[in-house]
Amino acid sequence: MIPELGHFALILALLLSVAQAVFGLAGAARRREHWMATAGAAVAGQFVFVALAFAALAYAFVQRDFSVLYVAQNSHSQLPLFYRIAAVWGAHEGSLLLWALVLAAWTLAVAAASRSLEAPFRSRVLGILGLISIGFQLFMLTTSNPFTRLMPAAAEGADLNPLLQDFALAVHPPILYAGYVGFSVAFAFACATLLEGRLDAAWARWTRPWTLAAWLFLTVGIALGSWWAYYELGWGGWWFWDPVENASFMPWLAGTALIHSLAVTEKRGLFKSWTLLLAVAAFSLSLLGTFLVRSGVLISVHAFATDPKRGIFILAFLSAVIGGALLLFAWRAPRLKSAAGFEVTSRESFMLANNALLVAALALILLGTLYPLFMDALELGKVTVGPPWFNVVFLLPMLPLLALLGVGMHAAWKRGLLGAWRRRLYAAGALSIAGALVIGAGAYGELRPATTIGFALALWVMISSLLVPITRLRARQPMPAAVVGMVVAHFGIGLATLGITGVQSFKVEKDFALGIGDTASIGGYDFRYGALREVRGPNWRGVEADVVVSRDGREVTILRPQKRAYESGGNAMTEAGIEAGTARDLFAALGDDLGGGRWSFRLQYKPLIRHVWLGAILIALGGAIAAFDRRYRLRVRSEAREAAAVAS
Amino acid sequence: MRIPLRFLVPTLGFAILVGFFVVGLKRDPGVLPSPLIGKPAPEFTLESLGDPAWKLSPADFRGRHWVFNVWATWCVGCRQEHETLLAIAREDRVPIVGLNWRDDRALALRWLGQLGNPYAAVAFDPEGRTAIDWGVYGAPETFLMDARGIVVWKHIGPMTLDAWRRDFVPRLPAPESTP
Amino acid sequence: MTPRRKRLLAVLAILVGVGSATALAMYAFNDNLLYFYNPTQVLAGDAPEGRTFRLGGMVTEGSLERTEGTLAIRFVVTDYKHSIPVRYEGLLPDLFREGQGVIAHGRLTPEGTFVADEVLAKHDENYMPPEVAESLHQPTPARVEP
Repeated sequence: MIPELGHFALILALLLSVAQAVFGLAGAARRREHWMATAGAAVAGQFVFVALAFAALAYAFVQRDFSVLYVAQNSHSQLPLFYRIAAVWGAHEGSLLLWALVLAAWTLAVAAASRSLEAPFRSRVLGILGLISIGFQLFMLTTSNPFTRLMPAAAEGADLNPLLQDFALAVHPPILYAGYVGFSVAFAFACATLLEGRLDAAWARWTRPWTLAAWLFLTVGIALGSWWAYYELGWGGWWFWDPVENASFMPWLAGTALIHSLAVTEKRGLFKSWTLLLAVAAFSLSLLGTFLVRSGVLISVHAFATDPKRGIFILAFLSAVIGGALLLFAWRAPRLKSAAGFEVTSRESFMLANNALLVAALALILLGTLYPLFMDALELGKVTVGPPWFNVVFLLPMLPLLALLGVGMHAAWKRGLLGAWRRRLYAAGALSIAGALVIGAGAYGELRPATTIGFALALWVMISSLLVPITRLRARQPMPAAVVGMVVAHFGIGLATLGITGVQSFKVEKDFALGIGDTASIGGYDFRYGALREVRGPNWRGVEADVVVSRDGREVTILRPQKRAYESGGNAMTEAGIEAGTARDLFAALGDDLGGGRWSFRLQYKPLIRHVWLGAILIALGGAIAAFDRRYRLRVRSEAREAAAVAS
Repeated sequence: MRIPLRFLVPTLGFAILVGFFVVGLKRDPGVLPSPLIGKPAPEFTLESLGDPAWKLSPADFRGRHWVFNVWATWCVGCRQEHETLLAIAREDRVPIVGLNWRDDRALALRWLGQLGNPYAAVAFDPEGRTAIDWGVYGAPETFLMDARGIVVWKHIGPMTLDAWRRDFVPRLPAPESTP
Repeated sequence: MTPRRKRLLAVLAILVGVGSATALAMYAFNDNLLYFYNPTQVLAGDAPEGRTFRLGGMVTEGSLERTEGTLAIRFVVTDYKHSIPVRYEGLLPDLFREGQGVIAHGRLTPEGTFVADEVLAKHDENYMPPEVAESLHQPTPARVEP
């Protein structure tokens, strides 16, 4: 009964989405007050029904209703409650419903917060968001219905993929989707602006907090995914340039460029075309990512069970939305005029370089991700592009970007650097290089050019960021939230760079065959295989090893890697034993029983890796701080008052 | 309305990309698994593999869902999917009818004898004419027919339990309840 | 320096930078394109010798052998027409299983053994990698082989 109600709710949601889209766009075009108001009401209704559908599916999971096919495929009677709920978005159909829910929520937020906007513009934004909602809801109802019944009901479910029975991965999709889907707001704002044909800077001010919010969620989502892969996939890798990972990283790069471009458009009315295009691009890349992951055109360890029929639908939807937006851009954007000029050393210049470098990185990653598809389509063989290529291709634009970042933060608008900053930055530069040499030689006993450059750039960005609050406080200047946010986020980038440089330069990963009492040494640490015991969990059983880690004879920690077999599937799962630390992580994973009392182990020494994720958190935190700057809310309100005054 | 070329570049680039995606999807077996889906199963009258006097045709299976599996002893994927077919046969939800395609009768019978026989019946198509009617262009391929003899699904490539559960089982009716 | 010269210099610097970056990228690209081959293709000489590629197929039942107490592993990858022996040292992924699909990453030795530096078993135990599945779907041969 409940699943059918959920299905029905989804149908109603679709109808309301249609209403939202039609009344929103037509109402704005015809300037009909009633229609525009209807669109607003449809938003609320759509959200309610999508939420109800989601609740119905969640209920089916919680109640272990194996007469629902999707529940039977992704749940198990022994599955703990938390994971029964997380299983709702554990596979294709349910994750689409999550997409729809997140989209409805963002739309509701936009509708609520934008009452002070001019009605036609607001209406267009909601209309476009409605079109996107239609796409996802229709997709579900035609090809991916989560409420399909299984008759007769399965006696037992197939269980949630054990890889997903983990806290981080359970919350990873909602957070990631909050980011992906959130870019639809900037997208809708861009399209609405293009439709209006009135492309002033106020649009940029409106879009910025929304974009920041979406972007920060995406940052956290990506960081969570990376962290999860590190401890759960069992092999200590934290980034693989896998198509699914790239599918989330590319929108992030576009989003980063977008945030900066918005700043320029807001402040100086420049880069309007760029900003609009980036807004379209960020969400387009989100949709593209969805397509790549679900259609089967690309092969990936993480991809959902592939079904090309669904691929056709997504592709059609993708083409309509992105193609439409790009055509709109081509039609309307040429009318934009950016009059002002700027110096080579001005902030605008740095932002331009920033955009160019980010877009270059993005384009190359896109090329590498899609290359296998091109080759296959042209029947030139089945290829994958290996991680080393992505590493090179990402590094190349990032090196100049990090260098310029340190300077650009302090450049003034229009005119360029002032004298005092030059001295400070020379000092910061010298300090960074010195620091890099000290870390390289001192902490790791090795001086390599690439590593030194990496450390130097990391320190450079961090010191340069800190110079902002230091100089401002000394001069008793105020620090609005936007500036604090910028400092925190940029510092986070530096920190992440530090982590990446450290881990890539000095990590040690080796496999060993150990008998009880044997010791292996890596990275200056000794790992002794102490004992093996049997262990059990709610829906699994396995073995656990004690690995005693010591350094210079003193015990540091005991790692407890496990090998688990889940009741439902018989899939073996590796749970790594990890000791986290500011300076390094120690990692042990259990391999196989080699016979003769020996087991294979993968041992790893990972210096500075925590800073990769710590840096990411700071980046997200910076975004959050900046998003809530009072400037946006106050300015917007006073603008709206002015607009209202002018209108009356 | 004159649009400077550089503004159209993103659109054109995207269009080319979509072109590649379309080709990519089409090349993936299973996108348009068969134009036969929704149409009645093509007619045939073939000798049974084991007994030439016994003739088989789709009408023999009308009234219930049935699976039609195209296989041959020279087909490596068939060797691979054999375990899966045996498992499906054990579930006893639907009969599996085989089409032995362009094969040697003695070899085929020996194969089944050695590896196990999941089939309720096997039609022998040494010249491959029936296979052509069914749009078969490689082995193994597996079809699902409903009780009226309409082709409901086609799976290309070796059958897996994954594909069985995902694509075939949801299209089967509820089994009759036994008292 | 005049603003014009400054701009010219900047443009030149960018061009040089982009040029060398592109060169590096292209060089790295070729080295990192990993082609996929099944055992039949490898034995037919399609696969590059001395270069890394991906070998995919099914793990022959009963072929998994370990040198007891060490990390050395041997198994056979087959497409049921031809087989290639594989040598690997290290931990096997959890989803590795005889009779199931596998993709190994490595090089072919002149003796015809595939030395893997990475072994991938994807998704779940019932999943067959698409490249493997596609290579296991074949049109009729010219004549039936005895």
